[in-house]
Amino acid sequence: MTVNFGTRRIVVGAHYGLRDWLAQRVTAALMAIFTAIVLVQVLTTKGELGYTQWAGIFAAQWMKVLTFIVIVALLYHVWVGMRDIWMDYVKPVAVRLTLQVFSIAWLVGCAGWAIQVLWRL
Amino acid sequence: MTELDTSPRAKRPEFRNIHALSDLPSYRLPLAGVVSILHRISGALMFVLLPFIIWMFDMSVSSEISFARFTRAFEGSGGWVLKLVVLALIWAYLHHLIAGLRHLRMDMSHAAVSKESGRRSAAVTLVLSVGLTLVLGAKLLGLY
Repeated sequence: MTVNFGTRRIVVGAHYGLRDWLAQRVTAALMAIFTAIVLVQVLTTKGELGYTQWAGIFAAQWMKVLTFIVIVALLYHVWVGMRDIWMDYVKPVAVRLTLQVFSIAWLVGCAGWAIQVLWRL
Repeated sequence: MTELDTSPRAKRPEFRNIHALSDLPSYRLPLAGVVSILHRISGALMFVLLPFIIWMFDMSVSSEISFARFTRAFEGSGGWVLKLVVLALIWAYLHHLIAGLRHLRMDMSHAAVSKESGRRSAAVTLVLSVGLTLVLGAKLLGLY
């Protein structure tokens, strides 16, 4: 068996990147479906789309759960995208690591806020 | 190389400067390339504006009063700034979504990854995303 730990760890090759590539696709498809669901609800509101109708869309429990799933999906999707951008343009490791940590903090903060708003309804 | 290679090698030419201002602008980016870099830019734009998006969601969904404040923010003297930012977000989301669906199609169809098909789907992406942006933008600006 090849030695693959510590200083001998290989970080390229089979499977590396595949999980994130697939996750980006799956989360994308999920969010596209969610967009369609919201759009259908918005377009089929009879009369004007005031506060009651708009907030009403997100008040249903099934919609809250679905929106929550989409927020988590968005978190992962955006993380993979931003990681790719930093990886392509920022070569110095210290700078790139800082930007990656900031990106994750930014995303987790946004997700937390969005979930808080959702469950206040 | 190895110790067996004793012949003197000519040094490889080094290209240090990307001539960003003289050479880069003269390259012709194919349509698919335009769609691709805009896909990245639209994604980064939405990343940066994510707190603003959540703020809009918060305001619009929390209470009648905050909803009224939200709609009022678009009128008044500073309202056009907000509308411009929202228009940019509308474009960013539409382009990112449509270019993303194009990606998924290319993942699933062998015919979709030919040069001609790539050019055509890129053109469709641009027409659709800009077109829908104009339609929704007109609604945003109160033109209908």
